[in-house]
Amino acid sequence: MRRLMVTLLEQPKRIHGGLHLDANKTQSLQQPLRSASVPGQLYIPLSQHIGEAAEPLVEVGDKVLKGQLIARSPGYISAPVHASSSGKVVAIGDYPVPHPSGMHAACIVIATDGEDRPADTRLRMDDVFNADPADIRQRVRDAGIVGLGGAGFPASVKLNPGPDREVDLLVINAAECEPYISCDEALMCSRPQEILDGVRIMRHALNASQVVIGIEDNMPTALVQLQHCLDQTGASDIQLTPVPTIYPAGGEKQLIYALTGEEVPSQGLPIDLGIVCHNVGTAGAIARALTQGEPLISRVVTVTGEGVRQPANLEVRIGTPVADLIEECGGYTDDVARLLMGGPMMGFSLPNDSVPSIKTTNCILAASYRETPQVTAASPCIRCSDCADVCPVSLLPQQLYWYAHARNFDQIQDYNLFDCIECGCCAQVCPSHIPLVQYYRFAKTEIWAMESERQFSDMSRQRHEFRIERLEREKKALEERRAKARKALKPKVGDANAKQAEIAAALQRVKAKKAAQSVGPLNTSDLTEEQRAKIAEVDRRRSSANGQP
Amino acid sequence: MLTAMLAIGVLAALFGLLLGFSAIRFKVEGDPIVDQIDSLLPQTQCGQCGYAGCRPYAEAIASGEADINQCPPGGEAGIQVLAELLGVDALPLNAEHGEHTEKRVAVIDEQTCIGCTLCIQACPVDAILGAAKQMHTVIESECTGCDLCVPPCPVDCIEMVPVKETISHWKWPYPENTRRSIAAASGEPC
Repeated sequence: MRRLMVTLLEQPKRIHGGLHLDANKTQSLQQPLRSASVPGQLYIPLSQHIGEAAEPLVEVGDKVLKGQLIARSPGYISAPVHASSSGKVVAIGDYPVPHPSGMHAACIVIATDGEDRPADTRLRMDDVFNADPADIRQRVRDAGIVGLGGAGFPASVKLNPGPDREVDLLVINAAECEPYISCDEALMCSRPQEILDGVRIMRHALNASQVVIGIEDNMPTALVQLQHCLDQTGASDIQLTPVPTIYPAGGEKQLIYALTGEEVPSQGLPIDLGIVCHNVGTAGAIARALTQGEPLISRVVTVTGEGVRQPANLEVRIGTPVADLIEECGGYTDDVARLLMGGPMMGFSLPNDSVPSIKTTNCILAASYRETPQVTAASPCIRCSDCADVCPVSLLPQQLYWYAHARNFDQIQDYNLFDCIECGCCAQVCPSHIPLVQYYRFAKTEIWAMESERQFSDMSRQRHEFRIERLEREKKALEERRAKARKALKPKVGDANAKQAEIAAALQRVKAKKAAQSVGPLNTSDLTEEQRAKIAEVDRRRSSANGQP
Repeated sequence: MLTAMLAIGVLAALFGLLLGFSAIRFKVEGDPIVDQIDSLLPQTQCGQCGYAGCRPYAEAIASGEADINQCPPGGEAGIQVLAELLGVDALPLNAEHGEHTEKRVAVIDEQTCIGCTLCIQACPVDAILGAAKQMHTVIESECTGCDLCVPPCPVDCIEMVPVKETISHWKWPYPENTRRSIAAASGEPC
């Protein structure tokens, strides 16, 4: 039976919980979006997305061009990586990457030559709106485009709803809700047409009946720019809906709820409701790839905070070290205290500024002492339930905390830990200053590790059982072979008997023959008296002759 | 009187038949507790417990022949879950059977390997690839780190190396609840 169509609400709904936070976006929006200069060295990590890491296709010493494929995707949930500028590959190895662990991971290091010579990427499509959706998906995939909102899920996978699924609604997420981050707003203000092109390409690829851009109502300029672009062409195929500014209205499930009033099921996907959600930056990247032939080699990054002299939004090449971006924005101020990648709510701190900016980097926040959270002793939970009031997913954060604290990983899943989006609202309002999100992250990674250990032990058990079975089978086969060999010997044993019998028979025959022969020569049996007398005389003569030689 | 006796007799016969039928129809194959214990053991198949593998050890635990603290790869966490399953007190790991170490994998020095196949015969999970007089190699993703291939090697070319922690295996640490340090507060709001 066909599901009912998703309907867009006249008036967006307010999400459950959430917080009103100081936006702090104006600092970085005072200057127009500009391109960052090409750095001397690009550190391009092979894993900038969800899924398998890309496999390098170049070797140290190879010359590469801008946009050239340098690492291919080995699986479906993966994304290839391209050279962000022309130059020479100087190293392939482990370098610092932006990750909360602060660990190193495989990167391709390119020393740029400053010429920025482009490669022929063959991504451009002349008639994209008449193209086969599969062809569009393939090119989006080849362009290495991943969700630019932060998670980095390969965009081509989300452009493929599956053979028996229809897409009612394409939601474009332009509700950039986290404080300080303004990269999407800057992109919408400066390149609205590109975004609308990308949205239309996505709509065509998904064959979606409706399209809506959900945009926060504190971005009037972006809203006006997009509306202006739509009005110019007289198109009404894309709806623009301002949603109330509340953190985290930009979460995928939260935005869908605000726009449609429908809740994505627990641990389900928007496609379960016939909805697909993409980030506005992803739309821009898709338009660039398919209309200009440029793969995902750059993105807009907000460099902001009181720790940097001239906050701005920059078009940054993937792989540019954070230090170069800070330099581009006038360097650090004297009261810089901490460097974050991402926003103040969901970002993570960087150990130093040598890490590169990658596909999912939306913001570099150089926070001053004033902007850095106070080091506060955590007190016991007083069960005030403030956390539950602000939770946008309507979870029970205090229960989750309780079970994570006790390492009770079975119970915590009964309280839907994996629906937590780690927005940080609960920790923000906690009067006991309990680092709640850290507990949830701890529990999630522990559960994943346990799950993968369980899978490994299951595999080991299977392999061990198979080995035992194989050994038994081999033993049995050997025994069978031996039995067969013995059986094959048996007729020989029979033969031997037969031979013995034969021999016996032959002996018998010989005996008989001998007997016959021993009878045969005695031709003296029927002699006459006279003959006998003669023989006797001869014998006598012979013996006397013998006796006297 | 007779009716009552008859009724009771008929009922008894009926229930007897029912019980007899269900005993055959719903017969449980094998010992489910052994399966449950086996599913909690790490399946290293190392034999450090004194049994020929994880399943024989599970059978020994189920029959009360062995204690639950003889599995070094499972460590304290393994003892804990076994204790919970069996409703007994958790014991400290029996040092006679070895110590709990971090996960390791065997690595064959391919320059030294003479291709004798002894390690292949020793591997309980068939994780070593090779043939007579051919170089052998360990399939790292399938090695349980049981150490069983090390003693048979006549040229001592197998080494047990700890598994390197990668970003994909990295786990968030347990939060320091007493104070929120700046480094650990990375995901925290301002």
